[in-house]
Amino acid sequence: MLEYTPDRRLVGGLRLPPQKARSTGLAIKRGLRPTRLILPLAQHRSPPAQPLVAVGQRVLRGEVVAAAGSVLGANVHASTSGIVRAIGESLVPTLTGVESAPTIVIEADGKHESVDFSANLPWPGGRNAQLARLRDGGIVGLGGAGYSTAAKLGAVRPCRILVINGAECEPYISCDDMLMREAPEQILAGARIIAELLGAEQCIVAIERDKALAVDSIGQAVQPEGDPPLRLAELPQIYPAGGERQLIEVLTGEEVPAHRYPSDLGYACQNVGTAFAVYRLAAYGEPLMTRIVTVTGHGVVAPQNVEVPIGTPIAEIIAACGGYREGVRRLIHGGSMMGYALPSDALPVAKGTNCIIAATAEEVREDYTEWPCIRCGECASACPVRLQPQDLLIAARASEHAGLDALGLDECIECGCCDVACPSHIPLTEIFRRAKNAHSLHDELRREERRREADSGKES
Amino acid sequence: MEFPVAPSPHSPPTAPVPVIMRRVLYALAPAAIVYVWFFGTGFIVNLSVAALTAVLAEGAVIKLRGRSTRHSLRDGSALVTAALLTFAIPPFVPWWIPAIGAAAAIVIAKQLYGGLGKNFFNPAMVGYVLLLVSFPVEMTQWVPPRMGDIDYQRLTFVQNLNYSLTGRLPDELTMDAVTRATPLDLVREGARAGQPFAAVRGGSLFGDFGGRGWEWVGNFIALGGLYLLYMGVIRWHIPVAMLAGVLVPATLLYFIDPARFAAPGFHFFSGATLLGAFFIATDPVSAASSARGRLIFGGGIGLLTYAIRTWGGYPDGVAFAVLLMNAAVPLIDRYTRPRIYGRS
Repeated sequence: MLEYTPDRRLVGGLRLPPQKARSTGLAIKRGLRPTRLILPLAQHRSPPAQPLVAVGQRVLRGEVVAAAGSVLGANVHASTSGIVRAIGESLVPTLTGVESAPTIVIEADGKHESVDFSANLPWPGGRNAQLARLRDGGIVGLGGAGYSTAAKLGAVRPCRILVINGAECEPYISCDDMLMREAPEQILAGARIIAELLGAEQCIVAIERDKALAVDSIGQAVQPEGDPPLRLAELPQIYPAGGERQLIEVLTGEEVPAHRYPSDLGYACQNVGTAFAVYRLAAYGEPLMTRIVTVTGHGVVAPQNVEVPIGTPIAEIIAACGGYREGVRRLIHGGSMMGYALPSDALPVAKGTNCIIAATAEEVREDYTEWPCIRCGECASACPVRLQPQDLLIAARASEHAGLDALGLDECIECGCCDVACPSHIPLTEIFRRAKNAHSLHDELRREERRREADSGKES
Repeated sequence: MEFPVAPSPHSPPTAPVPVIMRRVLYALAPAAIVYVWFFGTGFIVNLSVAALTAVLAEGAVIKLRGRSTRHSLRDGSALVTAALLTFAIPPFVPWWIPAIGAAAAIVIAKQLYGGLGKNFFNPAMVGYVLLLVSFPVEMTQWVPPRMGDIDYQRLTFVQNLNYSLTGRLPDELTMDAVTRATPLDLVREGARAGQPFAAVRGGSLFGDFGGRGWEWVGNFIALGGLYLLYMGVIRWHIPVAMLAGVLVPATLLYFIDPARFAAPGFHFFSGATLLGAFFIATDPVSAASSARGRLIFGGGIGLLTYAIRTWGGYPDGVAFAVLLMNAAVPLIDRYTRPRIYGRS
């Protein structure tokens, strides 16, 4: 396989204990049969999907139960067969946190009866038809963002570089690693399909160097011929090198300007899980019904990766991994840096759920004793965006909006590096998150004010 | 099952401020022992007075400011200030010297600005400079190192303590009998009198590079500094830049005129060069915060130290250099701020 040499090292970032070995000892557990599904209809940057089924109706595995809310959304499919029991609202995990959002609840009948997927074959020719098929197939980014893949790919034109993101830099998460070990051909086939759809000039699979088995497996699976040739880039192990903007910087040396997207520069980043899902759709007609979830932490009996039907309550996958150990203090959705705490394990696995950590006391921060900022600058050294968190902190506490703009609050990616590096244990990430909300509110009020002034000017 | 929630990140954070302060104290301990071995027990008396005063002053002001003394005193920063001040002052002084120095450092330089993290100037250096300009006689009561002067009779701990508390020397001794000029003083006077450096440094107060004894304290200060670097308490930029700031002009001028200018090795091991580079200039609160800024900050301290020693009115210049560069930090920080990702 052709190798691609990254352009530079990540500025800032942290070398964190990976905490991944615990969940990579066992092969991916397959064949989990949920008793109940809670299918989230909420979609990132698009209105929720619209239910197509009625309470009491029987649905089959792979049947569309809700249609994309807009062209930026994706369809939602039943991931097992059963009876629709409720259509309403409940708590679901989203990109940014737990929200009350529309859901369809299905009681599984245990038969696991599927629709005929061959109806979705063959994979069509032509960009628009393919994008429509991705939307119909319910494909969204499986790296965590959950943004419609059709919408994301549709925005890239022309595509210079397609990056298949297997960096998986955040501690604990190992679902991409395991998928790369077990299904490299299918991931690469998916990468080819996406590259062809985009007409990509280059395609790079990026993996952090510490995932030696995944690197070997992908390296051996690749067929060197093909247009564009697939290339493998090994990245140094540092968090958050797998963040989209950071990954592009590391690979190409180019920065995505503020308020613009990678697609504006001709870059497309797709998670390896998404590439796998695209392959399943194109080759077998299977819509997105399952995903790999890392179930880990000291608080779970048998940490491992599980292929989980979307909508399965988290309690059921924990049970499939042997249940909880004593002393679980926090249930985390996602990794330990950017993931969020779940109030309950009754919440379902959503399309963006890559990891569930049952964390014990030694794995999480519990002491929130704060010390004064000593301006040591460790936060600034750790910031991958090159912000000065110690100055942002002062501006945020003073609600000084002009200062926050100049210091680049909007550019903060909330990766949590400054927070973990801070010897004063100041919850910087949370402070910046709140400041961002207050800041956008402030901007809105200011715009409103200006509009009113302009209006009153007109009247007089 | 229900679980408590908390905001991200969930990963446990790095060692907290009190642990960092403790590490600084550990790093100073070997140098303190060597200091006592070479210069006598006055150091212990001064350290006790400075530490007690610093903690009491800190507690009193925090109380006046209506803050929690239990929390603030636990950070350990007052003890670090007291220890650094003790290294800076002569070992043989009345008790009120470390007391006034520590009180000024804590109350004026630190708490009046808002406490830990808010001060612009290095507290220990403010305390030291205040003592130096107010009590020039007491602040030059240095003693020779062990073996530096064969006629010298060292005071016992009790005699030392007695002098510190009452100002009385044993009957048979005069002040001149117990104090000596430092190597930096001798080099300075030698240069004024037109004596070549090589002749001055032939005296018994001199060791291989710097002053006898002083250079050993310096070695252990550097060892402590390496420990701080290893533990990640400090980063390399300030020490390296400050040492370069001293050594580069010292080497150049020494090669141009070795008779007039002291050798770079002498500058490296004398006075507060090493203490300044590893422990004083690296005080995070009053130093520049970016890597580039720290190089400028450290380099500036080194150059100013050399300039003050060579052409200024004081034998050593680390304290003044640090304070001057402290004043420049806001400007340095402003012009060395890195470009934010994605912004032009």
